[in-house]
Amino acid sequence: MDLLEYQGKQLFGKHGLEVSDGKAVTTVEDAVAAANEIGYPVVVKAQVLMGGRGKAGGVKLASNEDEAREHATNILGLDIKGHITRTLWIEHASDIETEYYASVLLDRSAKKPLVMFSTEGGIEIETVAEETPEKLIKQHVDPLVGLSKEQALDIATQGNADEDVREGVADALVALYTVWIEEDASLAEINPLIVTPDRQVKALDAKVSLDDNASFRHPDHAELGDKANLDPIEVKAAEQDVVYVKLDGNIGILGNGAGLVMSTLDVVAQAGGEPANFLDAGGGSDAAKVTQAVEIILSNENVKAVLFNIFGGITRCDEVANGLIAAFKSLKPTVPFVVRLDGTNDVEGRRILEEANLPNVQAAKTMNEAAEMVVAAAKGNS
Amino acid sequence: MSILVTENTKLAVAGITGREGRFHTLNNKKYGTNVVGGVNPKKAGENVEGIPVFGDWETTVKESGANTAMIFVPPPFAAQSALEAAAAGCELVIIITEGIPAHDELKLYNTVKRDYPNTTVVGPNCPGILSPGKANVGIIPASFFKPGNVGVVSRSGTLTYQIGNELAQAGFGNSSIVGIGGDPVPGSSFVDIIERFQNDDETELIVLSGEIGGSAEEEAAEYIAEHVTKPVVGYIAGFTAPEGKQMGHAGAIVSGSAGTAAAKAEALESKGVRVGRTPTQVAEIAIEILNG
Repeated sequence: MDLLEYQGKQLFGKHGLEVSDGKAVTTVEDAVAAANEIGYPVVVKAQVLMGGRGKAGGVKLASNEDEAREHATNILGLDIKGHITRTLWIEHASDIETEYYASVLLDRSAKKPLVMFSTEGGIEIETVAEETPEKLIKQHVDPLVGLSKEQALDIATQGNADEDVREGVADALVALYTVWIEEDASLAEINPLIVTPDRQVKALDAKVSLDDNASFRHPDHAELGDKANLDPIEVKAAEQDVVYVKLDGNIGILGNGAGLVMSTLDVVAQAGGEPANFLDAGGGSDAAKVTQAVEIILSNENVKAVLFNIFGGITRCDEVANGLIAAFKSLKPTVPFVVRLDGTNDVEGRRILEEANLPNVQAAKTMNEAAEMVVAAAKGNS
Repeated sequence: MSILVTENTKLAVAGITGREGRFHTLNNKKYGTNVVGGVNPKKAGENVEGIPVFGDWETTVKESGANTAMIFVPPPFAAQSALEAAAAGCELVIIITEGIPAHDELKLYNTVKRDYPNTTVVGPNCPGILSPGKANVGIIPASFFKPGNVGVVSRSGTLTYQIGNELAQAGFGNSSIVGIGGDPVPGSSFVDIIERFQNDDETELIVLSGEIGGSAEEEAAEYIAEHVTKPVVGYIAGFTAPEGKQMGHAGAIVSGSAGTAAAKAEALESKGVRVGRTPTQVAEIAIEILNG
C-alpha cells in the first residue's frame, strides 16, 4: 500500500525524523484555518499518489490568507494525471539551502535492505542514477544487525554530505531505517531531504510503501492509503478477498493462480484481444465465490466477453462449473462466455457445464483455443 | 536422481492438524511420500491418521528422524516455525504458507544463511516440490505428472501445472518440479534450483517459468550462460501487465523499466535460452529439443 505524503511524514515524525508541522485538510475553509494557525508562509500541497505534483500546479506557496484561500480553491479537485486531489497538506514553508536524497528499500537480488543517499536531491533519483551514478551512494545493511550510526555516518561521508551536517544526515538515515523496519515498509524515501540555513536536516517530502502482508501487526495502518482514489470495483474485490486489477480492454478474465492469470492475459493479447481485468479466483472456487467474481468482472461496463481459464490443482473443475451455473442463475449475464476447464475433476466439470446448456457459453479445449474463441466472441459483441 | 525431494525424504509437517495442512499431508502420504511426523505445540501426543504429532521441531526431528520440513502454519508464525525446523536439523524446509510479511522472509533468509548454511529453504508462497514416482511434498496435483527427464522450476503453481500437463500429453515426464514461489525474498532462487538440475543425472532439459518483477530471471540468464550445459527453455508471464500494478503475487509488480516481461525474455534469449511466448510453445520447444 502506497501512502500519501502527509501519512508518510506522520510515520517519519513518530520515529524521530525531523518534519515540518502541518495539517491535512479536505475543505478550503479548513485549509485557511490551518494556514492561519501554522503561520505564514505556508505551502499548500496536493495529496495524491502521483509524481509531478509541482508541475501540475499541485504545490503552491502562500504568504497570506488570501493566497492560501486561492491556492486551496484551485488545488482541491485538481486532476493530477487521473488522480483527483481530495486532501491538502498545509505546512509551514521551509527555507532550503541544500537538497539531498535518502531512501531505504529491499534489494531483492541481494536479499538485504539497501540504503541510498545522494547530494543530488530534489530531482528524480532515476535521473541521478543514470547521469551521475557516482553521486548515488548505495550500501547494504545486514538485517540481523540493523543500520548502525557508524554505517550511517560512513554513508553520509561517502556520499559527500556537507561536513557540518553529516551527523544530522546520519541520524536521519538511522531514523528512516527505523521507519522501514518498525512499520514493515517496502520503501521509505525522502526527496528532498533538506538542509536549512540554520543547518537543520529535515524531510520535505515522504514516499512510503507498506507491506500489506504485515497488516496483522499494524492495526493503525488500516486508515492509511489514498482510499478516495481507489477504483470502486477493486475495493469491492478486496473486501471479498479476490485479487482484481482493472485494465483497459473489453475481455473479462477469470483464472486460478496469479501466474496462470498473467499468462492468460498474455495469450489473449497475442490472439488480438484486450483484457479488461486481472482476476485471480485463488484456490477454492465455490459457487458463492464464482458468483462474486463474475459480478465483479461484469461490473466493468466495457466487458464484451468473458474467459474462464481454470487449471485445477486445489481448485476443482466441477465446483467451478457449478459456480458458473449459480452465477448465471443469479446474474443472468448477456455477454458471451468461453470456459476452459483442465485439471482436477475436469471431465466432471465439462459434463456439468454441457448438461446445464447455459446460453452463450462455449467450452474450449486448450488455453490457446479459448483465447481465440473469446477474442472472436468479443468482436462479435461490440 | 531427482532433486531435493526423493525416496529418501522423511517429511514432517508444521500445521498438520489444520484443514489444509492435514488434507495435503495425507495426499502426500498417499502418493508414497514417507511422512514421519507433525508439529503442533497444543496437540503433542496426538496423531493424524497414524502420523505422530510432536510439540516442537526439536522433538520432532529427534523422535521421527525427519530430514524435510513442510510449513503450513498461518503467516504470523510461519517464518519462526521454518527457522526452528532449520535449527532442529532439517536439511530442507518447504514453506507453503502464503502472505508472510516480506521482512520476516528477509530475516529468515539471512538467519538461515548465517546459522544453518546446510539447510535449503524453498518458498514461501509456493506449491512445493514433486519428484514424480518418488515423493510429493506440497500441493502440486501429482496425477498430471509422470517420471521423466524434464526439470521444471517455476515461480507460479498453476502455470507449472499448465506447462507440465502439455509436456505429459506429448509423452514427456519430469525429474522434479520445483515451485520457488512468488514472494519478494524466496528461500531458493532460480539459480539455486537450476544448479541442482545441472548436477542431476536424470534431468536432460530444464524449463524455467518466470514472471514480472524482481531480477531473478535476469540473474538466472547470467548463470545459465556461464554454468549450464543442459538445454534450458524459458517462459515469462506478464507481458500485458500495466506498470505499478501488483498482480496477485507480491513479487509480481513492475516498477519502471526493469523487471518487465520483455526485459526478462530478452535477457534469457541473449544468453541463448529459447523463450516460449505461450505455455504451449514452451512445451513445443522442449519437445523439439528432446526429440533432437
